[in-house]
Amino acid sequence: MKVKYLLAFALAGCALTLSVPLFAHHGNASLDVGKKVTVKGTVTQWLWANPHCWLKFDVKDASGNVVNWVAETNNAADMMEKGWSKQTFKVGDEVTVTLEPVKNGKPAGKVLEVVLPNGETLGMAYLKK
Amino acid sequence: MRKGYVVSTIGLAAMLTSSTLAHAQTAVPKQSNQEATSPGDKTFPIHADGWGRPVVDAPKNQNPAPKHDLSGIWEPASGWRDGVQAFGAKANPSDGKHVLPMTPLGEQMFKANKPSQGITSVGARDTNDPANISCDRLGMPREELYNFRGLQIVQTQDQVLMLYQYDQAWRSIWTDGRDLPKDLDTLEPRWYGYSVGKWVDDTTLVVETVGMDERTWIDNGGRPHSSELRVEERFHRVNHDIVELTMTIDDPKIYTKPWLALDKFPLRLQPADFDIREMICSPAELAAYLKQVAATEGGPGDSPKPK
Repeated sequence: MKVKYLLAFALAGCALTLSVPLFAHHGNASLDVGKKVTVKGTVTQWLWANPHCWLKFDVKDASGNVVNWVAETNNAADMMEKGWSKQTFKVGDEVTVTLEPVKNGKPAGKVLEVVLPNGETLGMAYLKK
Repeated sequence: MRKGYVVSTIGLAAMLTSSTLAHAQTAVPKQSNQEATSPGDKTFPIHADGWGRPVVDAPKNQNPAPKHDLSGIWEPASGWRDGVQAFGAKANPSDGKHVLPMTPLGEQMFKANKPSQGITSVGARDTNDPANISCDRLGMPREELYNFRGLQIVQTQDQVLMLYQYDQAWRSIWTDGRDLPKDLDTLEPRWYGYSVGKWVDDTTLVVETVGMDERTWIDNGGRPHSSELRVEERFHRVNHDIVELTMTIDDPKIYTKPWLALDKFPLRLQPADFDIREMICSPAELAAYLKQVAATEGGPGDSPKPK
């Protein structure tokens, strides 16, 4: 059931674009490399940690079913240099998350980009001049 | 010639006068999903120290190196993430192209190691890398072959103290003329080994390390070692600003000949007020990650659910 709604979201959301293969982070062993999924949801947890930070958020489908997503990022020290911080999210924030999903079809993956409640976008590139 | 930061003087002035990290955050336009992690990237990222202050691309000081002096706060010169070495030792990464000459025992131990990154990676969920399961200490030499980031070197009369950013580890190199321990059986193996250093000329410190605990991996590619491992580091201060580190691995039980782990890996001297950011692996947070995130993400053998 959940997989069906997940797929509906994936198709209805953003384009599943094939992108240039990322630098092999975390071995990519579990990720569907090159794929992108975009979902809108409500933050339930933002853990600022080493060696990984991660964001948990609830996504409601058209029928009101809630899917619990988890998406990881790099370690806290590197995320600082990308403009993220421990204060980036609060529980309850409405966010739009674009991520590289996992191969096994579960609601999980690696964050590529997030749109915050104020409309600001945070990505995974290091801050540039 | 390695390229440093590509930051124009005008841009630098603008950055110094008007930017804080927070400001830069709101000004960042929509980014692609490509990471600017490689020193080959021409537009170098802004880098901030642990205090949140942008690291200024100071004019390079190529004056001669001071004599017998490595002290200072250092970062990899080719880029602050040049020492991450996700695939293993920079001079010989585990990338399928650099194959180390191993003994049968070495091959056996290497196969048994399942790294979470690199060419033989099994991912976060299935790794048996102690550093990535339970935040076990990297030890020597992996502290310089994985997440080799900020390094503060402090010299006393008898010691060179290495204070590493990653996992806030430190080790002591004795420079009081003592020999390496003769009988390691009466001493205990150490995560960071036993190190002695000698100045072989005005600007080169040669460090020998023995007695490293067999529990550690040599690098993030899962290269193994035995208790007979000897590591040689040559810290050559090229000029005022640059130290080049060359590291040789010698473990006849595991490798049929010595091999270079680092080949003149350059470190750049930072200003004296550069604050090294904390980077500590928390066992509790790692356990939570493995249970709540990695377990969900799955492993390399997983295939998509039938639709």
